[in-house]
Amino acid sequence: MRKTLLQKVWDNHAVRKLSTGQTQLFIGLHLIHEVTSPQAFDMLRSRGSKVAFPNRTFATVDHIVPTLNQRRPFLDVLAEEMMSALEKNCREFGIPLYDISSANQGIVHVIGPELGLTQPGMTIACGDSHTSTHGAFGAIAFGIGTSQVRDVLASQCLAMEPLKVRRITVNGTLRRGVYAKDVILDIIRRLGVKGGTGYAYEYGGDAFDRMTMEERMTVCNMSIEGAARAGYVNPDDTTFSYMEGRPFVPQGAAFAKAREWWKSLASDADAAYDDVVLMDAAAIEPTVTWGINPGQSVGITEKLPAPSDVRGDEKASVAEALEFMSFRGGMPIAGTKIDVAFIGSCTNGRISDLREAARLVKGHHVAKHVKALVVPGSQSVRKIAEQEGLDKIFTAAGFEWRGAGCSMCLAMNPDQLQGREICASSSNRNFKGRQGSPTGRTLLMSPAMVAAAAVAGEVVDVRKMLEPAEVHA
Amino acid sequence: MDSRFVDTLSGRGLPLRGHDIDTDRIIPARFLKCVSFEGLERHAFEDDRKQLAERGQTHPFSDPKYSGAGVLIVNGNFGCGSSREHAPQAIQRWGIRAVVGESFSEIFFGNSVALGMPCLTVSAHDAEALLSAVEANPQAAVALSVAGQYVEVNGTRYQAAIPAGAREAFTAGTWDATGLLLDDFDEVRNVAKNLPYVSGF
Repeated sequence: MRKTLLQKVWDNHAVRKLSTGQTQLFIGLHLIHEVTSPQAFDMLRSRGSKVAFPNRTFATVDHIVPTLNQRRPFLDVLAEEMMSALEKNCREFGIPLYDISSANQGIVHVIGPELGLTQPGMTIACGDSHTSTHGAFGAIAFGIGTSQVRDVLASQCLAMEPLKVRRITVNGTLRRGVYAKDVILDIIRRLGVKGGTGYAYEYGGDAFDRMTMEERMTVCNMSIEGAARAGYVNPDDTTFSYMEGRPFVPQGAAFAKAREWWKSLASDADAAYDDVVLMDAAAIEPTVTWGINPGQSVGITEKLPAPSDVRGDEKASVAEALEFMSFRGGMPIAGTKIDVAFIGSCTNGRISDLREAARLVKGHHVAKHVKALVVPGSQSVRKIAEQEGLDKIFTAAGFEWRGAGCSMCLAMNPDQLQGREICASSSNRNFKGRQGSPTGRTLLMSPAMVAAAAVAGEVVDVRKMLEPAEVHA
Repeated sequence: MDSRFVDTLSGRGLPLRGHDIDTDRIIPARFLKCVSFEGLERHAFEDDRKQLAERGQTHPFSDPKYSGAGVLIVNGNFGCGSSREHAPQAIQRWGIRAVVGESFSEIFFGNSVALGMPCLTVSAHDAEALLSAVEANPQAAVALSVAGQYVEVNGTRYQAAIPAGAREAFTAGTWDATGLLLDDFDEVRNVAKNLPYVSGF
């Protein structure tokens, strides 16, 4: 007793203590994509190594795929070269690949859960920092670099320093118009973009108990933006009912057994934490970033800080951000004119995100000066959305309806901002140049807030688009 | 890297001020469209460099007085954001052999270790002293020791820190972990066998 889920999962996967004092940790699921893997396979070849557990690695393509014309060969020769490299590597080393022609293709952090590859109690690694997403299932999941991708391919293990656990309890009810995205933006704003260094975040409290799996994934996804290498939610009935029947999840009697094991991994009621943070769900507002890191955000009714409002190191950061954004301290974020609206990404490109955005834009039209696009997180999300007629709602409202991929979240594909454009974005990073134009500007917010901004042509409070009964409910 | 052992090294400093410098700034995503890390150094901080140049200012990575520097000195949360190893690759291929700063993102730190490029932390006060010392004299030698956990400039020694695991990896020459992880593969198989999701529920 007195163990957290992190400790239990860690203990189950610890191979041995290394001479360095680090732990050699077995990795239960390894996910790879086209951007951070080609050099790892080359390193493997130059060592003459094989893939140790080829059936525990799965590959897909997401970062570089065009979302408009997905026919092969891709028009971008570099993208085509990366695609071919991944195909060749997966063939040579016997790794299953969901390529652009597969109905299972999509953003790696969307398809893992969708296919049931992601399961409670696993250790999961991927050469992508948003691997923390998978923690929503009670897995310990973290991003790694290419040399570590090589290590996992060669040995199915990583050399890890221990992680501390910070319990973040959010109690109370989220108000209407406030979403999981607002919860994580608010957490990062309070704890800071480096506040999570050395920690895994355990999210709990009745606000999390009531969240769907997709909402929990949104929160866990952005743990890394607060510097927490991993973030997780203890598995519960919501987790198990999401999983039941998915392709890689055990069926029948095995499912019942698995469920018992998964349950046993949740943090003990008397578990000891390295730190505890308490938050009130009802105090969270629709939140929007105004700066150049995900911690620089305000509630929709608030005004931007000025350098004189903050202390020490932060003064220079606030001044630099305001200058880059061409904003000034004291101005409200509401009313900021936007040029582009982007709904998608591993943070908010799932079916529930699209349903909520479609519900809001139905019967409205995107403002004349705004270019708006919806990019489903996977081909499966796209298919379900089309079965539900969401694509028609979006296109009738003036949105472009695209194929699955990372798209404008990091713009390693044709979807990019131009010049100084401002984008209302449901993605996870507002770093300088993140969306493809070195001087482009990103405002992070929930997909519902992006939908509202697309229609208004400027940042607005989504609660004004909801029925009065919904807001006061 | 010629030698697997990394302990003491010395080189001229390169001061790069600012907190939360993310990996998108170190190496913008468009340069990740590649199947090898070769040539990435040409694009290190490319957008930051260009934007400063347009305003008549010089980014330290463009400044001839720091060319040939070997020790990068930074502020806090350096390398936050994406897990791209392309970021430390670009810095290392540019010529940097060690980074000293107030704090590092964990993924950036881990990637740097895997490349044999140590990252040492110093207090905010000492980071400022180091930045100022190198700005005042770009020719000054910045010496550091991983085992001794210190950085030395102009005869002044600053206490530095690096976690025990990484310290040991550098001084024992095991920073490239693959070999170490394959040493006891029977035990890896054992752990796998005992996991119900591997062996079956």
